Parts: sequence; C-alpha cells; structure tokens
Amino acid sequence: MSSDKEVVGCARRVPRLVIRTSGTPKTPRDGDVHVGSIWNDAPCPVLVVDADGDVIGSNEGARRLFAHAEEVGEGLTAGGLPHWLARAHHRPHPAAAPQEAVSGTVAGRTFAAHPSRIENGDVVWWLVEDTDLRRAEQELRHERERAALLADVSGALLSSLNLERCAEVTARMAADHLADAAVVVAPAQGRRHALTYAQGGGGITRTVASIDPRTVPGLAEALQGFPPVPARWIDPDDIPDWSVPPGFAGPIGSVIVTPLPGHGVPAGVLILLRASTHRAFTDGEEVFARLFAARAGAALSAARLYAEQASITTTLLRELLPPRLERVHGVEYAGVYRTSQDHERVGGDFYDVHPGADASRETFVVLGDVAGKGLEAAVLTGKIRSVLHALLPLSGDHQQVLVLLNDALMNSHHTRFATLVLASVRRSAGQVLLRLTSAGHLPPLIVRADGRVEEAATGGTLVGALPDVRTRSVDVVLAPGETCLLYTDGITEARGGPLGDDFYGEERLREALRECARMPAEAVVERVQMLAAQWLGGGRHDDMATLAITNPAGGVDGFAVADDREGREPCRREP
Amino acid sequence: MPAGTVMTSTVKASTVKTGTVKTGTVTTGTVNAAKGTADTAAPPTPSDLAERLWTAVIGRDEPAAMALATAAADAGADGETLLLDVVAAVQRRVGHEWAANRIGVAEEHAATAIIDRVVTVLAHRPTPPPSRTRGNVTVACVDGEWHSLPARLLAETLTGRGWRVDFLGAHTPTPHLIAHVHQSNPAAALLSASLPTHLPTAHQAVTAVQSLGIPVMVGGAAFGTDGRYARLLGADAWAPDARGAADRLARGITARHAERRHEIDDLPHLADQEYTFVKSNRTTLVRRCLAALDERGPDTRAYSAAQRERTAEDLAHIVDFLATALYVDEADLFTSFIGWTRDILTARNVPAAGLRLGLDILTEQLRDFPRALGFIRVAIDTLPTAPAHSGPGTA
Repeated sequence: MSSDKEVVGCARRVPRLVIRTSGTPKTPRDGDVHVGSIWNDAPCPVLVVDADGDVIGSNEGARRLFAHAEEVGEGLTAGGLPHWLARAHHRPHPAAAPQEAVSGTVAGRTFAAHPSRIENGDVVWWLVEDTDLRRAEQELRHERERAALLADVSGALLSSLNLERCAEVTARMAADHLADAAVVVAPAQGRRHALTYAQGGGGITRTVASIDPRTVPGLAEALQGFPPVPARWIDPDDIPDWSVPPGFAGPIGSVIVTPLPGHGVPAGVLILLRASTHRAFTDGEEVFARLFAARAGAALSAARLYAEQASITTTLLRELLPPRLERVHGVEYAGVYRTSQDHERVGGDFYDVHPGADASRETFVVLGDVAGKGLEAAVLTGKIRSVLHALLPLSGDHQQVLVLLNDALMNSHHTRFATLVLASVRRSAGQVLLRLTSAGHLPPLIVRADGRVEEAATGGTLVGALPDVRTRSVDVVLAPGETCLLYTDGITEARGGPLGDDFYGEERLREALRECARMPAEAVVERVQMLAAQWLGGGRHDDMATLAITNPAGGVDGFAVADDREGREPCRREP
Repeated sequence: MPAGTVMTSTVKASTVKTGTVKTGTVTTGTVNAAKGTADTAAPPTPSDLAERLWTAVIGRDEPAAMALATAAADAGADGETLLLDVVAAVQRRVGHEWAANRIGVAEEHAATAIIDRVVTVLAHRPTPPPSRTRGNVTVACVDGEWHSLPARLLAETLTGRGWRVDFLGAHTPTPHLIAHVHQSNPAAALLSASLPTHLPTAHQAVTAVQSLGIPVMVGGAAFGTDGRYARLLGADAWAPDARGAADRLARGITARHAERRHEIDDLPHLADQEYTFVKSNRTTLVRRCLAALDERGPDTRAYSAAQRERTAEDLAHIVDFLATALYVDEADLFTSFIGWTRDILTARNVPAAGLRLGLDILTEQLRDFPRALGFIRVAIDTLPTAPAHSGPGTA
C-alpha cells in the first residue's frame, strides 16, 4: 500500500482493505479488473454491489459460494444477491455513519456480511463466514441449558429420599424436558411393578400393575440392570397399552426405553414417548436422556436404600421404643420419654407396664435407667426389659426379681449397670395399693390430693454392679386424685434455668408436683416434662423419662381410652 | 344421658371426700347441667355446650366432660362443630381465664388434659366415612412448642374431611419431622406454633421441609393474626384456623422451588448479628440485669430465692422475646409481648412500673445494638414511669 492511497471505509472486524484506486468505473461489469485485486484475493467471499442492488463484481470465493447456492436451489434476487443481503443493501442509512454488518445463510453456511462503501455509492460486501462460530455458540447455549436442567434435576431428585417422590420427580421432569410423556417402571415387587406416568405440563398418575416386561422390547433386560443395555428406540406400534400414560392424546411417534442405572441394583426403567406431531428424538437428545437417567437412577437407588434402612431400623427399634400406656383396671398410667439426642428415638431410660391378668391381680410397673446413653444403652434396656418380662410370674416378690435380674446382668458381657424402680399396683375399692421398690434409683414421689408431695420411703442397691442386692420396699395407698410419679435423673439433673447453669433439682420438681393434685396422669407427666424442657432451654441433656401412676379423680368408671400421644411414633388414622 | 349422670355423681362423692369447697360446688353445677341436657328436647347450641363443657373441665370433672361430648355426638352434633366451636372455644376460655388470673397454671394444665381426652373420645367415635378420600398430610408442632391442642384439632378436622393425617404431636424435633416426611411423602406438612419465641425454630423446620420439595402450611398464634410471620419465613401457605387450613389445603398448595434457598435469604437483617448476640448471651444479659436491679432497689436484695428466680425468669422471657423480635425485625412483636406482660402483671396486682425498670436496665446492657434499642424504647413508651424500687414481675 502506497502512502497516497486514502482509506475510505472502515468496517468493524474487517482489515482496512478498501481503498480508492484511480480509474474506478461508474458501473462496470468487470469491476474486479478495475477496483483492484486486493479484495479479489481476500480470504473471504466478496461482492461489489451497485446502488440498484446488482452485483457488479465478485471474487473467486464469492463465485464458488453462489454457484453452490444455485446448485442447492437457493433463490437469489434478480441482481444476484441473497434476499437477506439485498434487504440490508437497500436499507437506508445516513451516509456518514458506518453501515452495520448483517448476518445470513448461503448454501447452508452462515456469514456476517460487512459493508464498506465506495465513493461512487457502490458497496463492497465482505462475507466473513462464522458457521463454526455460530454452531459452537449454539452448542454452548444448548450445553448450558442442559447443565442447568441437569442441576435442577439433581437438586429436585437429591432433595428427597422418598422412593415414590423420586419416581414422580423423574417422570415429571422427563415429560417436561425430554419428551411429551414419560413412564417410570420400578423393579418388580413380587410380580407387580409400580408405574409412574407423567405428561408434559400435566398430572402424575401412579399405579401398581402386574405387567409382562417382555411386551416392551428391551424392557426385561433393562429391568434386570445386567448386562448393561443401551437406551434403544422401539417401534411405537410395538408397545402395549400400559406403557402409555392414561389419557395421552394422539398417536405416538417415537419411543425410547432407557435403563435407570442404580448403585449396583437396578433402579427401574424410563420410557420416553413423543407424539407423532412432534419431531423424533435426535442423537443429542438421546445422549442427554442417558445423563438424565444416570441421575434419576442414582436418586432412586439412594431412596430405595434409605427406605430399606428405615424399615430395618423401625423393626429393630420397635421392641426398644417406650410402650404406649393407657388406663388398666381402673388405674391411669402415662409415660413420656425424651431421648438425650433429638434425632434418636431410644436411649438408656426405659419403662414398662405389664397389666395384671385381671383386676384382682397386680399390674407390674418398671422404670429404669441404664448407665450411658444412645443405642448401646438402649440395647441393654431391651435385655433388662426382656428379663423382667420373663420374670413376670415372680413379680410379686420385688427382692427376688431384682436378685435374678442382678445375676443375669452380672453374668452377661455388659459392663454397664442399671438403677430401677419396681411397682406392683392393684385397685382395692376406691383406693389404689402400691408396693414400691427402688434399686439404687430416685425414690418415687407421691402427689396427695391436697397437694402435699411425699417421697416414697424405699431404697436399695443398684443392679448389675455388686453380687448382692439389698432393697427396702414400701407400701403406699393412693386415694382418688393422687399420683405416684416415677422419674429418671434426667429430669432433676436438667441444667439450665434463667441463670443458665442451675440443676432443675428435686425441690423444683416437688414444687411443680404440688400443683398436680387431681390431675390426670398424662397431664402430670406432660407438665413435668414441659417444665424440665423449658428449664433446659436449648441446652444439652440426658435421657428424661417420667411415668405417672394415678388413681383417677373421676373414679374407676372413667372412659378407657388409648392415648394417641404416647411415644414418638406418629399415629395415622385412616378416614 | 343416664350413664353420664351416674358417673358425675361418683365424681361428686369422691370430690367431697377429698376436695375443696370450691371444686365441690362446681361439680354440683355440672350434675345439674348434665341433667339439663337430658331434659331439653331441642339440641343444645354450640355455645350452650361450650358453657357446660367449661364447667365440667374447670371442675376437673373428666367423666362429666366426656359424657357431655359423647352425648352431644350421639345426639347427632357435627364432629367438626364439636371440635372447633365447642372444644376449641373452651380451650380459648381456659387461656383467657389464666391470663386474667382467675385460674392458676396447674388448673390450666389440668383443664387442657381433660380437653385433650375429650378430643380423643370424639376422635375415636365411629364416624361415617368422609364423602371423599384425599392424600396424606403431616401435622406437627414445631420443636419446643408444647401447646399441641390447636394442631390436634386440625389433625382431627382434616381426618374428618378425608385426609390421611400423620399427627406427630407436640414439640416435634426437626430431625424427626424430616425423617417422617422422607418416609411418608405427604402432600403437605402443616406446622403449628403458638408462642412467637418459636418462630426461629419454625423457620428452620419450614426451610428444611421445603428443601425436600414438600409444601409447608403454618398456623397458630405465633405467626400473627394476619399471618405476617408466615409470609416472612417463606411458608407456602398460612391459615388463621383449622377450618381455614382445611379449605386452603383442599385448594392445593404448591411448593416453591427451595433448593437453593437459605434461611438467611429470607431475613437479610440478620447480617447485623444482633439476634445472634442477644440469643447467645441470654444468660449473661439476665445475670447483669439482676445485678443492676440489686443496685437500684433494696427490694430485690430482700427477695427469697424463689422470688429471685421468678424475676430472673421474667427477665429471661423479655430477652427471649427481644431476640425473636430481632429475628423477624418487628418492633410490634416485642411491644405486644410487653403489653401482654403488663396486663398479666396488672391482673395479679403487680405494678407494671417494675417492668419498665427492667427494660431500662436492659437498654443499658445493649448500648451497641441499635435495632434492639429501638425495639425496647418503643416498648418502654407504652409503660408507666418506673419508681426506683420495684423489680419486674414480682409481687
């Protein structure tokens, strides 16, 4: 380029190539000869277009491109321009302002057409190809959408450990984002499969049906989970009625069956359906469906594992949970148990009420505390409760029961010891007769009808520590409205209060009980537990158990009602 | 209702043997009321029934209360009406009577226990199957909340309307609630809280359940009469009462997308750490206030240990409510608590000026906390001026 050549156009992202040359013709058809060879050799297609929109010159690249466009049947204007470029060419614009680049396709390739205006009003269009860039950008956009969707899917799936819910979320998200409808087929329970149907934007239907997996090609293998099978296309005409969501409108165009890979166990199968009015699945979508299935399968198998573990735990804990108490032979019993850890259900405290065979026989009550807390302590409470259950025929003789229990504990591999209170309870006319024995445990408190609170005069050694057991039993009579409270030291040793580090203590407990005269048994235990809990605030605490034996103020003929609120097990009442 | 009358007589006999003159009189009243039911041809109105149930309950006459409820149900009274217009009305009255110092805490608790058993009796009656069956829902009180009756009435109301209800009871620890929701996949979780001081715990429970994709409806006095704290804490729905909750549930509740939400997002004002400070220094604040009271007035130094403990408890309550007001950033919450306390003290002939002194002292302890100071000053303005010698909440 020589110094006398003046730059007359400047298009963004285009090198300054357009220069004025002497002898530029007004409208020559052989413009390339005169305009110069600079753009003729340009690495992109170049067109010179006059004010009327006629192509008056083009370089080799442009000629090849447009020849190809004609081959594939793309229409051009009379002047020889693609329509999108003709529109841009004729668009009015202020002469001073640089003209904007426009984009369009030619022969399946995309170009950014950059104009540079020559003095005589002709425009040189530089067609810079960006096919790959656009494709990459589109891919990136799709990939981002998929990543966001997968994050949503993972979030929605991982938030729940409920199998039913995971299947619902899988079906709904698949129907919303992958297909028009989706079916999740769970592994068989016996011969039956849980089926979860979803339609895009529609509801979820669940059913359990006895289906034959062989009726859908590939389903039986996919359900077994091994050997690994790929997602596969199947002929929409081949699928049975059960695999189509109820109420699905219109004929089915395409179907994919994708296994849901679990953690070593099959998590089920996802069937995706598209209506014939919708386009078929692309390869990219099939890959995405696999990614989706991987996440859904992981969530489903985690949920299945959790359900199994929860079921095992429930079964194992059932015997360790505190029993529900109710009125027995005209005497009220109520217990509340709070474990030291909020997330646990069992601990080192325990209680049981073994009703007498009839009203004339004694009911045997026990409340105790094993050294330690948590599951290990709970296991020992289970053993003690079993031993005591076996000793029921001897339960009239507290000393003998404790001696036998002590022997059993001394001979077991457990190093823990326990303290407990035994009570034999019998109603006699309007009174309730109690025989109480404490084995190293806090003596029961008796709440009289007039509000006096007495300590039962019983004491003895704990069990499981020494070869001998010595105890002193006491007989107590409860008049109507009176209560005997058995409790563990978790109550009195609750640390807190307004000043932060005081024990709740026996004195406060007695003070609280003075107001519990003539209260129903549940009210007494709830009140004590509530006061102790409020005393604690949010502080740490030991296991806390309370059990009330009450001669009801309302007499013996009151309504015998099982109480819903006992224990932590939720009560579900079917309508 | 001959059975009920017989039972009531038994109670009367036993009451006379052991009880005070006062309760004896009340029990006699119940007998008359029960006989009245048998004589009247027209079915009693809910308010008649509530009046009679109140008499039985406050007289600790459980059999009479049971008999009354059973007889009303036998006579064809609507189950929901009995629960919500009779039983709930009596429970509300128990609360009002306690606030007005006409009954003690223990009587309140005994009355609540009897009401609870009345609900149980009504709930276990064979009822015609509801017109339609719906999904399952979980009903629970938030951790620390011991007032389970409102939630229980809701659970029974929903059962009557065809829902399968899992009722987890009072003070449900959040880990139990979450474990239960994982296992039962309810259409919604309904959480109840009566005391505003449980709002932070309620917030934690609401976000925890929502993060599982399960919608949460909240209710109870803690959330405000207009449900403002329900909205603040991001609950998916709120209802003013059991009927409202049942109607709202029937319309369907959708869970909002909560996967990426944190509790702090709902309450950006927590960034000033005032709540955290007051909450974690509760004990220190109470101790310092007690010491300051000792300096100001000779009265508190002369207190018995029990009186000192009451005073400390009152101060602790004030700090708890202040912390909650900071949590929800509402001066109103603190002011209404102070107003309520003033009324409670007045009903017990305790000068409310002591309360003012307590707040003045708290102000001195919280000099560096502008939000807390603002709340306390608003509350102080609603109280009479303090004489120099009276502690808060002590007779």
